[in-house]
Formats: sequence, C-alpha cells, structure tokens
Amino acid sequence: MTHGATSEPASSSTLAKSEPPGASPPEAGGRSGPRLVLGKLTDIHTISLLGVLAILILIGGITEPDSFLSTTNLQLVLTQASIIGVVTVGVTFVIIGGGIDLSVGAIVALASVWCTTVATQEFGFWGMAFTAVVVGLGCGLVNGTLIAFGPMVPFVATLAMLASARGLALQITGGTTQNVTVDSVLELSRRDSFILGVPPLVIIFGVVAVLGWLLLTRTTFGRRTVAIGGNPEAARLAGIAVRRQRLMLYALSGLCCGIAAFMLVILTGSGQNTNGNLYELNAIAAAIIGGTLLSGGRGTILGSVLGVLVFQTITNLFILNGLDSAAQQIAQGAIIVAAVLLQRRSATTT
Amino acid sequence: MNSSRSRKSQLASRRNVLFGGAAAASGLFIAGCTSNESDDDEGGTEQQAPAASEEAGAPVTIGFAGPQADHGWLNAINEQARARAEIYEEVTLEIAEGSNDTATQIGQVEALVNGGVDVLVILPADGVAMTDTALEIMRAGTPVINLDRIFDNPQAYRCWIGGDNYGMGLNAGHFIGEQLRDVENARVVELSGPDNLELTQQRTQGFDDALANYPNITKVARQAAEFTTESGQEVMANLLQAESEFEALWNHDDDQGAGALQAIAQAGRDEFLMVGGAGSRAAMDHIQADDSVLKATVLYPPTMAASAIDLARALGQARGLNGLAEFEIPSSLTLFSAVVSRDNVEQYLPTGFN
Repeated sequence: MTHGATSEPASSSTLAKSEPPGASPPEAGGRSGPRLVLGKLTDIHTISLLGVLAILILIGGITEPDSFLSTTNLQLVLTQASIIGVVTVGVTFVIIGGGIDLSVGAIVALASVWCTTVATQEFGFWGMAFTAVVVGLGCGLVNGTLIAFGPMVPFVATLAMLASARGLALQITGGTTQNVTVDSVLELSRRDSFILGVPPLVIIFGVVAVLGWLLLTRTTFGRRTVAIGGNPEAARLAGIAVRRQRLMLYALSGLCCGIAAFMLVILTGSGQNTNGNLYELNAIAAAIIGGTLLSGGRGTILGSVLGVLVFQTITNLFILNGLDSAAQQIAQGAIIVAAVLLQRRSATTT
Repeated sequence: MNSSRSRKSQLASRRNVLFGGAAAASGLFIAGCTSNESDDDEGGTEQQAPAASEEAGAPVTIGFAGPQADHGWLNAINEQARARAEIYEEVTLEIAEGSNDTATQIGQVEALVNGGVDVLVILPADGVAMTDTALEIMRAGTPVINLDRIFDNPQAYRCWIGGDNYGMGLNAGHFIGEQLRDVENARVVELSGPDNLELTQQRTQGFDDALANYPNITKVARQAAEFTTESGQEVMANLLQAESEFEALWNHDDDQGAGALQAIAQAGRDEFLMVGGAGSRAAMDHIQADDSVLKATVLYPPTMAASAIDLARALGQARGLNGLAEFEIPSSLTLFSAVVSRDNVEQYLPTGFN
C-alpha cells in the first residue's frame, strides 16, 4: 500500500532539507520508479531493512511455500501490521522531534474501551469512530501540553499518561471484555468488505502512512519537526515555535492512537483494558530499526513502516513454521540489536 | 492595513470560538459515553440456593483479599464472593481493594486482620510470595482460606479451594476425542495461554494426556496467546493460515477466544469444532445460539469464590459442610472443570462472566 508513495513526483528541493548528509542527491526529472524513491527516501537502514524483509520472505517461501506465498497470507500480514503501523507513524514523528511517547499502548486501550461502552455503541459506527479519535487526540493534547508548557520531561509525562490511561480504561470496563454489537463495525474486517482484495484496515494504514510521509517530507511542519529534534536551541533561534511544535507532535501521536484503537476494535470485535499491551515498545522498536534516531532529528516513515512489516512477518513466519513465542521473541531481540549496531556504525561514519 | 489586521483577528477569534465550541461539544459527548449500563443486562452472578449449611449461625466476619480485577474472570471472582456473602444475614464481608503487587496486597491483608476478621479468604497475586504473610496470620490465630493460587506451604492455609488446570485440559481433550471418534486421521489445534504460566503447562499436559487415548487424533499445531482478545485474534489468524484444514480447536481461555472467533469469522472458516476454556458469558451465549464454531467450553469456575465464602462461614461457625459426614470443612478442594455444551448451557449461564 505504500505504492501510492512511489508514484508521487518528488520535489528535490524540499526533500534535500530533511535528508541526512551523505544521502545520494535525488535524480532530477522523471518518475523512474523504485530506484528514484530508494535514492531519495532511504538511507542505509531502509535498504538493509528491505534486505532483511527479502531474506524473511525467502525463508518463508522455502519453508512454507504454500501457506506463506499466498494472497491471503499477504492480506493477513498487512492487516495484522496495520494497527501497530498507524501507532508507529505517530511515534516516529515524536521521536524525530526529539521526544518519546510511552503512553501509546495505554491510549489505544483507553480509546478502544471508551468507544465500545454500551452508551457509545448506541451511537453506531460513526459515534464509536468519533469517540476513539477524540479520546486519542485528547490524551495526546494533554501529553503535549504537559511536555511543552509544563515543561515536563517527555519520558515522565508520557509515563504518567500510561499509568492514568490504563487506570481509566480499567475503571471504565471494570475488567470485563466489552463486545461490539454494531454489525457495521464487525463487518469491516470480513472478506466481503475487502476493496479489490485490499482489507479496509490496510487501506487506512496506507493512507496514514502516505499522509505521514507527505507531512514529514513535504511540509513546513515536517521540516520543523526535524529541526527541533536535531537541535532545539538552533530551531528556536531560527524562529520556530518549539513548544507549539512539540504540543502538535504529541497531539499527532495521540490522534494516531485514536485511529489505531478504532481499527483494533474493528479487528477484535471488542474493547478490553488490556488492549495495546506493549505497543509503546513495539512502536519504538519498529521506528528504531527503521532508522529513526532515538535522540531525534532523523528518521523516515518508510523505514518505520518497513520495521513494522519486518516484525509482523517474523511473527507470521514463526507461527506458520510451528515455532513457539519464545523463539519469536529471541529473533525480534536479535533484529533490534543488529539494527541498532548498524545504526551506530553508520552514525560514526557519516 | 489596520482594518485588515482587525479583520484577521476577528476571523481568528471566530475560528477560535468555532474550534473551542467543537472541542467543548466533543468533550461533552465523549464524557457521556463512559456508561456501560444496559437495559437488558442480566448480571452474571445470580446466586442459586446455597449448598452449605442452610440455617443461620453465629455472626462471622470474613475478610476477602484478591488481585486487581483487570480480567473478566477475576472480576467475576469478586462479584461471586460479594453476592454470596449477601445471602447470609450473619456474614459480614470486608473486601480489600484488589492489587497485583504482592507488597501492597500484604499491607491490605494485614489491615484486614488488624480490623478484626474471623476468617480470611485470600486469592494472592502471587501464591509463593504471599506464603510467609499467610503463615504469620495462621500462627496468630486467624484461619486462612486459600483461593485458587496456592501457597507453597500447607501450614499457610486451613483450606485450599481452587480450579483444576490439568482437569480442564483433560476434559477438553476427552470432549474433542468423543466428538471426533469416527473421524480418521483427525487433526487438532491448540491455542494456549501464555507459556510462562505454570497453569498453561498443566492445561496442555492434561489435553495431551486425554488425546493420547484416541489414536486417530494428532495434535498438529500449538501456539500461545496472552489471555487477551487482541493476542487471540492475532495468533489465531496466523494459525488458520498455517493449518489450512483441521477438525478441532481447543482454546484455553474465552477472553482470548473472543478474538480467536473474530479471526475465524474473518478467515471464513467453519470446517472444525472449537472448545473454549474458563466459561465466559459471551462464549456461553455463542454455544447456546449455536451461531459459530464454538460448541463447548471447559469451566474454570469463578463460583469458587462463592464456595470459599461458604467454607469460611462454616469454618467461622465451627461446623462441617452439609452433605459431608465430617464435623469440619475439608483441607483441600479441587473443583471439577465441567464441559458446558449446548445440552447443559442453560444451567451454567448465570455463572458466565463478562
């Protein structure tokens, strides 16, 4: 679904500003397809991630050719990746802007239970969607306000949000599973709702990813994000309203959580206070292996999307091969270490 | 210039009013949406007639300490205990705020004892970590009923009552075995709980031991979920992709089963029968309506909390249980994991938890 991105004509002048030094300059004029996009959008991390993904697909194709290399499996992996993918897009912005958001999993939990209460479900599909998005955005705004104007350290402020949002989610559900009875919500995850073979959840993920990519690479907002993450003092001296930018970054992350929460409700048909468990770590891990610098100032949406896909493909591959969750966790840990070591290497050489 | 600026600020303020109003309206709408009250909601804890000593006796104060009710089953445990105590006029129930932190729970238990209770019912967050505290309380003279998660020293409780994880697996395996008796080369899939829990290992062991009685059945796959709907959906979706055809599925837990059922519906699969675990209200509703692959669930009954109140009451009044010859309550009680299918689901519906 990121193919939407590849057909966009690229404007080299805007991109160059957000590129790290050392990246190859974009070729002028022409939609030369993948090569152009790779040259412009990616750095060593994205290329190596594509390599990892290719190796995983190769392993899957050899070990389980029938079940792995099928359309249904592609639909499955993309669907399962879509929710954490949307969260990761938001988190990527926060990290590039020099912050961290530990509360995403808890916000997803809160938004998912808030939009599945009996009272909310009476308002039907759009009432539930609206509630999830507004709750997510609201939590993000609280995070952003505390961090930008408190000012509080992002780690502490979002940790506090993690605790309170999970607590509130538990308060609302009382520990029960809130099942969705609105058919239009449930149907959206069924095969009948696929549009030209693409699940609606994957389309949402694709739209969020493309919008995120445009926002980061083509707008002032994106350049300001990179600027305050790279050097907040310089950004302030250059006239950027650093605090306002920070506020908006956390609001954006919250908004993504709200969208993801509603997607999760569609997929699981229920709201539970345990939803979104460890999303914060998974999202940060995906962004990091995607080449986003944890200290801020650098990162790509494409890298994060690939990071999410790599993790989801591992899960898929391991279950198809009948390996247990312990082996899966070990593999994920190994990939994070390898990616970060690579990142260190390239950071010292450039 | 001046006028354009003032017009701009006017516009800006109008925009602010618009945004502010929208935000306020959203906030109001959202705030009204936290209710879970439902008109047709029958609480899952209707009590049947008590089986223990019927006649009222001496007043008893029972202290109850459990973990944080962050899971449907644990929530039902609290509800069962509360509802059972209300049946008895002479029973006063003191419930501590639930906690998953052993240190916090120890403090709560000690507060209950200091407040003066005759019998203490404890469902520890962690049985082993709580053992010393229970030992001290027993030595100081307050009898302890250990609910489900067992202390690692028999001196730490007067009576243990709990579920049978091995038996759950055993009964699920036998039910599936009987259903597939006439199927040659039947394939069975297991969706287990978290592998780091001992109870998961026990359930799997029981399941495997039962299946060993049926030579026509092979377990072709087993994967672990995390007791959450989200993990159930994810793991089941992948499992279905891995196994293109099989005859039966045992899922350890009905909460993760809700997600698994979603994954099954999403994949459009219905060639197999599914057996659940624990006994949630939603699972029982599906079994009764016969509208999915879920045909049965194996209980891990939350009514054990109600029985623990009965035991505590009998202990406090120094008598045995009706129907048993002994003058005292037993020292250990392992509950049966009944298989709830369409035939008997009506009877069990009131015990299903949300």
